[in-house]
Amino acid sequence: MDQFILQILNGLDKGSAYALIALGLTLIFGTLGVVNFAHGALFMLGAFCAVTVSKLLTLSHKVVDDTRTDFLGNPMQVDVPYLHDWFGPAMGDKLIDWAVPLSILFAIPVMICIGFIMERGLIKHFYKRPHADQILVTFGLAIVIQEVIKYYYGANPIPTPAPSAFKGSFDFGVLIGFDVNAIIYPYWRLVYFFFSLVVIGAVFAFLQFTTFGMVVRAGMADRETVGLLGIDIDKRFTIMFGIAAAVAGLAGVMYVPINPPNYHMGMDFLVLSFVVVVVGGMGSLPGAVAAGFLLGILESFASTSWAVSNLPGINQVIIYLVAIIILLTRPRGLMGRKGVMEE
Amino acid sequence: MLGLEKKDFRLLLVVIGLTLFAPIILNPFPAGSEMAQFNAGYPDLMQRFVIFGIFAIGFNILFGLTGYLSFGHAAFLGVGSYSAVWMFKLLSMNVLPAIILSVIIAGLFSLLIGFISLRRSGIYFSILTLAFAQMSFALAYSVLTPITGGETGLQLALDDPRILGASQTASGNIPVPSLFGLEMRASYEMAVGAWSFTFNAGYYLAAVILVLAFYLAIRIFRSPFGMMLRAIKSNQTRMSYTGLNARPYTLAAFVISGMYAGLAGGLMASMDPLAGAERMQWTASGEVVLMTILGGAGTLIGPVLGAGMIKYFENIFSKINSQVLHDWFGFLPDGLEDFVVTLIYPFVGKGWHLTLGIVFMLVVIFLPGGLVQGGQKIAAAMRRRKKTDDANPGATKPAE
Amino acid sequence: MGILEVKGINKRFGGLQALGDVNLSVEENTVHAIIGPNGAGKSTLLNVLVGKLIPDSGSVMFDGQSVLGRKPHEINQMGISRVFQTPEIFTDLTVFENVMIPCFAKRDGAFRMHAIESITSEKGIRAQAEEMLADVNMLEKRDMLTSSLSRGDKRRLEMAMCLVQDPKLLLLDEPTAGMARADTENTINLLKEIRTKRGITMAIIEHDMNVVFSLAERITVLAQGTPLVEDIPENIKGHPKVREAYLGEAQV
Repeated sequence: MDQFILQILNGLDKGSAYALIALGLTLIFGTLGVVNFAHGALFMLGAFCAVTVSKLLTLSHKVVDDTRTDFLGNPMQVDVPYLHDWFGPAMGDKLIDWAVPLSILFAIPVMICIGFIMERGLIKHFYKRPHADQILVTFGLAIVIQEVIKYYYGANPIPTPAPSAFKGSFDFGVLIGFDVNAIIYPYWRLVYFFFSLVVIGAVFAFLQFTTFGMVVRAGMADRETVGLLGIDIDKRFTIMFGIAAAVAGLAGVMYVPINPPNYHMGMDFLVLSFVVVVVGGMGSLPGAVAAGFLLGILESFASTSWAVSNLPGINQVIIYLVAIIILLTRPRGLMGRKGVMEE
Repeated sequence: MLGLEKKDFRLLLVVIGLTLFAPIILNPFPAGSEMAQFNAGYPDLMQRFVIFGIFAIGFNILFGLTGYLSFGHAAFLGVGSYSAVWMFKLLSMNVLPAIILSVIIAGLFSLLIGFISLRRSGIYFSILTLAFAQMSFALAYSVLTPITGGETGLQLALDDPRILGASQTASGNIPVPSLFGLEMRASYEMAVGAWSFTFNAGYYLAAVILVLAFYLAIRIFRSPFGMMLRAIKSNQTRMSYTGLNARPYTLAAFVISGMYAGLAGGLMASMDPLAGAERMQWTASGEVVLMTILGGAGTLIGPVLGAGMIKYFENIFSKINSQVLHDWFGFLPDGLEDFVVTLIYPFVGKGWHLTLGIVFMLVVIFLPGGLVQGGQKIAAAMRRRKKTDDANPGATKPAE
Repeated sequence: MGILEVKGINKRFGGLQALGDVNLSVEENTVHAIIGPNGAGKSTLLNVLVGKLIPDSGSVMFDGQSVLGRKPHEINQMGISRVFQTPEIFTDLTVFENVMIPCFAKRDGAFRMHAIESITSEKGIRAQAEEMLADVNMLEKRDMLTSSLSRGDKRRLEMAMCLVQDPKLLLLDEPTAGMARADTENTINLLKEIRTKRGITMAIIEHDMNVVFSLAERITVLAQGTPLVEDIPENIKGHPKVREAYLGEAQV
């Protein structure tokens, strides 16, 4: 039983990332009808927002520390972050420590802007082109974004830690009545899970309770009719693209402490996210979220030593296997609607 | 000629000429000169040019004609490589049976995957092929290690049986791949003045196969079958209401292109007898997509040019470092020189992927027919200008 | 016994009875029109005939064989061709290729792996396609891409693609829908010409009474998924039941 819960927990963090990326993909796909192969790159950009913020916060200048000397006996030079000068050492260190969560504030406007630029500058011109063209041009864009990041940040992963308050693990099992040390779970993964729930909840609430969201949902259901009502759907679609980009970016920001970001992390996640979208059902938001968590947890179960010893390699192929079976037996996915992409 | 229209025959001759003289054409700079590092006429790279050319020609038969975008074709190339290496291990070092087997195995494998994937079209098809390819990659990398060599890849060993050949050479080494005794690595160096050219057996074998593959592709393009494939891309509804079953047509195209990929994989292993799982990864499939579209999907020569271009970028263009740039722009005043170099630097050398991505995007946006279409447009514009210069302007309108 | 015999077809979509006990018999060598107000089930019936929809019950016999459960391409191979409301043609191909494809389908069946033969050497097919194009006065446009054709030409091309297969039955789905007056007249003339020249059996689904009465030799009136009357045009015009069904519609 404890193993069972542990595996579910282990699947949650990846599942959360899948769910968030798939949610954005589905938003874009459902509203704009565009298959966005650059969505993984947006996730990666989010992660690099966090890297950028943590670099900015630690910008330092050199100060001579008279109390210490270096190995030659000269007064030692130490790097002092500007934040120490402005807010004092205690507050400054705190800010640096909280770089990753703080990046959220930076990432939201940045990602929305990137989303706007992408939609207005490129995607807009591909609404009427075949899906193959959309895939190709966004695939090209993903390569470009990736290479730009590689140029500025290098090819190696950049470790960026979580705030020290969330470092380490805690004994989740004890909380729910299991033996000590039965279920050990890192704090940050739990944070990531709750964070993703908040973001998902916010997106759904936005779509459910605002007139803007209502129009967008109507547009997803039947684009032509909404267009006929004389509602300027294009502007709303641009905004939707921005939101989807922000969601992917936030998923990336908070994922940084779990996995040090590198320039190709987006591509790695992209393939799986597409699988998630297809399994959930093209154009279905709840489907995308459900399938994201489901596949994340499934993957974690398939990685247990029991599963691997009985079915070697199952952890590597489980997601693809599930996707293939679902696509062939339920072409619309778990919660897909009729008539989406079935031409 | 050979059952081809005049225009197509001419194209075939051009390809034959280019492949035949590639060792000379690709080595324009004298050996030992500063520019010699930009010579592309060395066997290893030339082999890659033609092998990826074959791969792209095959991919184009599927994507260029039917419009079905597969993101999993590298899997067939990988399977071809593994088959060929196994042939070297078990049978003999002769490349002929190895290549034949790799085509057959890749054909069977693509029949299986195509049969399942083609039950869906559009984006679903793309994702199914992607999923299959990633699955094959994951399996080759881990579970199937006894067959694929896993992480290290499949390599030849001294104790391989090689029932029709020898396990070891007289000197105790692993024998090298050959065609009835002609070693693939055998090269003939020719020096003409300051220039030196290398004629390599492996390259010429691959080149002959490329020409054959290209010839076959022309025949397919100009056949009723090829027309049916274009009809599928154009309108599947009309297709079925005309009494035609699209499924076997697309499946046949899928298997043919899978066999081309297997052929490329087999050749790759023949030039260098090892095979690794990374050849099957989806980014490798993405590469052939890039090649085909960059050159011109649906055109005959486009994919070959695209393959050549990307391989050239990867191996030669990527050598341009800041030192080379400073040399090139050394004639400029210092400040300006630095400025120009900084401007260009991100796009060359290690940044060649960036240039590739940008060029690729531009092609998708503005030139759906790829660089071949671009060339045709320029040629047409030139002709038009000439015509209007010559004749009464506006009197004749060139045909579309 | 007609060439097409529809017996007791029922089709429900959820709670909606789209077709209720439809019987229809199309005699060989006639033009049979199926008319009815919007939502009468005309399109549903047509989709059943071409294999796009499978009815809940009933039978559809064509030329002595059942068409139910067959795919559209199999039904075409039996000898039924279909003209769509908006012409369905191969837009990326030339006019000539568009007409050659049905010729191949007729000769070689649903699939043939003729991957090495050259199209240029298919003399018989080319002659057949050229003759057809000459018949519809489109020979001079043979090398044009069909995407650049006018709407009327697209319609003629689609017609030619169906006729070149020499079908036993030609199904026409509102062939003049959304057309301007002149285009409609042209289409009527084209169909009349086809009728007199080739003697092809046709079933037309049509909204425009002008088209129906200038072409049809027999008319079935469909209302709410059931056939009301079937008769020759003269008797349909004044039929009280028909007037009732069309109440409020201006055409009759």
